Amino acid sequence: MARPAAGTGEVRDRLDGLARTARPRLVAVLARASGDVAAAEDAVADAVDRALRTWTDTGVPTNPEGWLLTVARNRLRDRWRSAAHRTRAPLPFADRTPAVEAALDDLDPDAMGDDRLAMLFACAHPAIDPTVRVPLMLQVVLGLEVIPIARAFAVPAPTMGKRLQRAKHRIRGAGIPLAIPDGPNLPERVPAVLEAVYGAAAIARTLGADGDGLAVEAADLAVGLAGTVHQAEAWGLAALTTFLRARPPLRAGHLVPLDRQHPGSWDTRLMDEADLLLRRAMPAGPPGRFQLEAAIQAVHADRRRTGTTDWAALHDLHRALVVVAPTLGARVALAAVTGEVEGPAAGLAMLDDIGKDGAAFQPWQAVRADLLARAGQPEEGALAAQEARRLAADPAVATFLARRLVDREGPR
Amino acid sequence: MRYTLLLHYPEMADALEEAALAAGREAMGSWIATLHQAQVLLSAEVLQPSDCTTTLRQVDGTLQVQDGPFADTKDQLGGTVVIDVPDLDAAIGWARQAPPLDWWGAVEVRPGATHVVAGTWQPSA
Repeated sequence: MARPAAGTGEVRDRLDGLARTARPRLVAVLARASGDVAAAEDAVADAVDRALRTWTDTGVPTNPEGWLLTVARNRLRDRWRSAAHRTRAPLPFADRTPAVEAALDDLDPDAMGDDRLAMLFACAHPAIDPTVRVPLMLQVVLGLEVIPIARAFAVPAPTMGKRLQRAKHRIRGAGIPLAIPDGPNLPERVPAVLEAVYGAAAIARTLGADGDGLAVEAADLAVGLAGTVHQAEAWGLAALTTFLRARPPLRAGHLVPLDRQHPGSWDTRLMDEADLLLRRAMPAGPPGRFQLEAAIQAVHADRRRTGTTDWAALHDLHRALVVVAPTLGARVALAAVTGEVEGPAAGLAMLDDIGKDGAAFQPWQAVRADLLARAGQPEEGALAAQEARRLAADPAVATFLARRLVDREGPR
Repeated sequence: MRYTLLLHYPEMADALEEAALAAGREAMGSWIATLHQAQVLLSAEVLQPSDCTTTLRQVDGTLQVQDGPFADTKDQLGGTVVIDVPDLDAAIGWARQAPPLDWWGAVEVRPGATHVVAGTWQPSA
């Protein structure tokens, strides 16, 4: 069964890998059985601690996830029993102990399903504060630690830790189901879930090496979600996150626009997959934001085959995107593409229309610099470029950009 | 889980025609009948308007008894409904059918912590 005794270093490496891939799934399975996300996380953390000590002597078991699940489940069961016995006072949830124990007993460590989609719906539940949905999902569903989450949202780690704790407490206290909603609830819940997955995928790109595994997981979730909910926008997001995965991660202060990236740095096999995913999106009405963003990605990605960028197609897509999602990022992107198609003066006019919101927005300055240079105003262009560089050097700005501009990968 | 649905809505019974009041009573009646039919209803009560209410407070060690509600707001607590359902989604499913939502009101869905059975506290989850 178990392999011979392993060195602490080897065990630690194995556990680090498992922490990323297995932990969120273990937490999801146990949380669904117990209805308590925080307790499930504690139990899994305990099991990982135990594994570090035990596996050093016994070797890594053949089914490490099963081992962790068994240990974590026993921890959780002990906790429920002691909570029920400790007090005869009215303890919320105490009368659920038999049901929870039964659910825990039913878990099969050798055949663990994936309950992460159910957790996703809990994290993006309308009863959860919208601003905490993405952080919660990054922690609970994607297994990211509090510190990188806090960094991505530019708040101190203890603050983020408290927010996450409160949200998990709320899931249990309010009775938010850890389940994929059924019937009429499903369609109305999907948009918030798509938003949260999109946010997570965007943030994954700002985390450097830490984000690599996360981008993969976020894309997997998006694909799994699309296969479950069968909505055009869900397929659009699956395609979009797969396109993002196909490109190298962002580096702060070094944002290369998509039309100037070298196709050699792209994973073309993943781009082929993303193309197929986008083709599965067959909307009943006009395409939504994620389909449009994925289509924009697809046009850029086509350069891997054609060697050129189809600006006319991009122009149409960006015009449609501004109608569906008139964000600052989308408007600046349209100005950039318009500058390409209709000339720099037309692009500059669109930037002027955006007004004073634009000046503090790095892409606005960067696009303006580019268009001014091409319009024969090099001095003004140089000033805008300087401002753009200053804004891009700020890590908080870079993160902000990545979260809003995944469609274009920074300034042009 | 037990949830209490707190029905808040503007008090306008005085201003309404008898026909409108009857329609409101009928809407509440059929909603409650649906909850009962589904075997989720534990109890329900519609309250008199807040001009009939009296509020007690302890101020600097002395009891103050005042006419009027605890908070003088446009929407007032007009009734409570207690249901027993598996989770928040189920509770929201029943709450969204509440007639006060058609009366410019709001329905607060509040999970129960403990409740009394035969004079002793019982956990509500």
